[in-house]
Amino acid sequence: MKSLKELEEIKQRTLDSVNLRQDRTGGTRVVVGMGTCGIAAGARPVLLAFLEEIKKRNLGDVTVVQTGCIGVCRLEPMVEVTLPGEEKVTYVKMTADKVKRVVAEHVVNGQVVSEFTIGAAE
Amino acid sequence: MEFYRSHVLICGGTGCHSSGSGEVMETFKSELAKHNLENEIKLVQTGCFGLCAVGPVVIVYPEGAFYSRVKDEDVSRIVTEHLLKGRIVTDLLYHDSVHEDEAIKSLNEVEFYKKQMRLALRNCGVIDPEKIEEYIAFDGYKALGKVLLEMTPEETINLIKASGLRGRGGAGFPAGLKWEFTAKAQGDKKYVCCNADEGDPGAFMDRSILEGDPHSVLEAMTIAGYAVGADQGYIYVRAEYPIAVKRLTIAIAQAREAGLLGRNIFGTDFSFDIELRLGAGAFVCGEETALMASIEGMRGEPRPRPPFPAVKGVFGKPTLLNNVETYANIPPILLNGPEWFQSIGTEKSKGTKVFALGGKINNTGLVEVPMGTTLREIIYEIGGGIPDNKEFKAAQTGGPSGGCIPAQHLDTPIDYDSLTQIGSMMGSGGLIVMDNENCMVDIARFFLDFTVDESCGKCPPCRIGTKRMLEILERITQGKGEEGDIEKLQELGRSIKSSALCGLGQTAPNPVLSTIQYFREEYEAHIRDKRCPAGVCQALLQIIIQAELCKGCGLCIKACPVDAISGERRSPHVIDQSKCIKCGACLEKCPFKAIVKG
Repeated sequence: MKSLKELEEIKQRTLDSVNLRQDRTGGTRVVVGMGTCGIAAGARPVLLAFLEEIKKRNLGDVTVVQTGCIGVCRLEPMVEVTLPGEEKVTYVKMTADKVKRVVAEHVVNGQVVSEFTIGAAE
Repeated sequence: MEFYRSHVLICGGTGCHSSGSGEVMETFKSELAKHNLENEIKLVQTGCFGLCAVGPVVIVYPEGAFYSRVKDEDVSRIVTEHLLKGRIVTDLLYHDSVHEDEAIKSLNEVEFYKKQMRLALRNCGVIDPEKIEEYIAFDGYKALGKVLLEMTPEETINLIKASGLRGRGGAGFPAGLKWEFTAKAQGDKKYVCCNADEGDPGAFMDRSILEGDPHSVLEAMTIAGYAVGADQGYIYVRAEYPIAVKRLTIAIAQAREAGLLGRNIFGTDFSFDIELRLGAGAFVCGEETALMASIEGMRGEPRPRPPFPAVKGVFGKPTLLNNVETYANIPPILLNGPEWFQSIGTEKSKGTKVFALGGKINNTGLVEVPMGTTLREIIYEIGGGIPDNKEFKAAQTGGPSGGCIPAQHLDTPIDYDSLTQIGSMMGSGGLIVMDNENCMVDIARFFLDFTVDESCGKCPPCRIGTKRMLEILERITQGKGEEGDIEKLQELGRSIKSSALCGLGQTAPNPVLSTIQYFREEYEAHIRDKRCPAGVCQALLQIIIQAELCKGCGLCIKACPVDAISGERRSPHVIDQSKCIKCGACLEKCPFKAIVKG
């Protein structure tokens, strides 16, 4: 160890991987519907795609959680994305490819991908 | 970067380990592999969460689900339901960690944690103690960097002095002063030592810190080395703490590898290294001069002071010796400033204290509270009260060196000075709760038995005096007490306190003296009436059938293994005291509660 800067680098590198262990209120929340309907429709690859994208883009303050059936089984796989301080956005009929765009445009840049939302599908 | 959507924290402290957390960890590993979840879910073995009573404890983030008493066979349910499908297994959650509507409480809302303030235990149960990066992620080694690069040794010592930190090993000596004495002592070589020879029955806070956050002790010792001018440190830890020894060994290797121990730390010309010394489990080796003799490879016996270790310590050189918990407090003080530390606690005792709760208490475990918290808050709010709503009788603090605190002092704010005032002491922080089924004479006998066993035998007051006291106590508990015994105990106790060579002997009579002070009538009942009010002392115990309640059903006659009970059906039975072996079998069988101990 030669300098405080070096220490700070180790800290930052590890912090993202440990701060999940604190009670968090801020940060973006991604909820993947994984009831039987969701899983049957392919929610698992969607979940994995989110993890992959988050990893790739170093997004430390995103929480990815699962939930049960959201209620509109015909539109599964469904995903809810909530940015801090903003309204929840519900995406439907998700695929791994769609996840890439949602992460890039919505999670990172704050632009809702309107064409994938439940509003567009109805 | 690595990203896991969920972290599973499994307690790897000695408490949970002995209730099977090692197997639980292994099962988690294989279950996660079975469901291909290894890349999504991270398993972390942490230090103690504090709630040892409900171990093994497993916490799952981001939800913060607090699973308690997790058995091997529960693991596959947690993995398939919670981790795979996202459905929390509510029936395995710790009862107080869920709201009535089944929503999960944040840990800070759980009664056990609500009033706690975890400074020394800040990383226990949060980080993986075997990974230096995780310690660094929570500001680890930042204080060391700040001290080495931005502060002089004098400034460091002044800061610790200003914080008001007092030694957590028991006596409560101001830590900053000790640092100053060692820094000012003349010597070509100096040492920094850590007392991790935690020997009090019932105390395990030092072990938990070493197991859960070993780097905090290494960092603080290195800071102390810089402040007092030492380049070598020793941690004297008991060999009976294998997990602590293992994690310390790993931590030292990692710190050396990272250049946080060794030569030219942070690019300065300061060099420091730490080695372990294992103690063989003698209680007296927790005494500072005996500990240092043991480090040198000599017999662990104390010597008269002065000279104090700050002047003449290990290998005759000036030595700084602090306890594990004291060291664990150092990095946060340096990072947050002395004013912050000053703002916690009471006027003369700053900061927090870790207590090991044990005995007749629901939440057996480790708690850390600000100084000045009352015993009532610790026992009834954090500790969850006494099992079966029995009545509180006394709390024993400070182990074999401390005393018993009776119910009238439940509301005393606890700090070093208030405890001394009511005839006990802080000690290392063991807190044993007793209810009305504990006999105070027997408790005093138990602790004295321990000190007699552990006395090194060097000085006569301790070697002979405590033995004589024990003999008197044994006589009393066997119903052979005589008038004047109490006075004899007090006289002996006082002279041992004033004449013994070291802390062990000087404090050994405390459990006896304080129980006499507060529970004299119990001693008198043993001596005069040959009666043990709590029904503990076997020799004094009488089991009797209350004639007015006995219906003569005969169940007790059948239950008695030695045929000591006789009586006609439907008329009161009697126990032949000469045959009775006081096993209590009849007592449990009686449907009318007619049989009592007395």
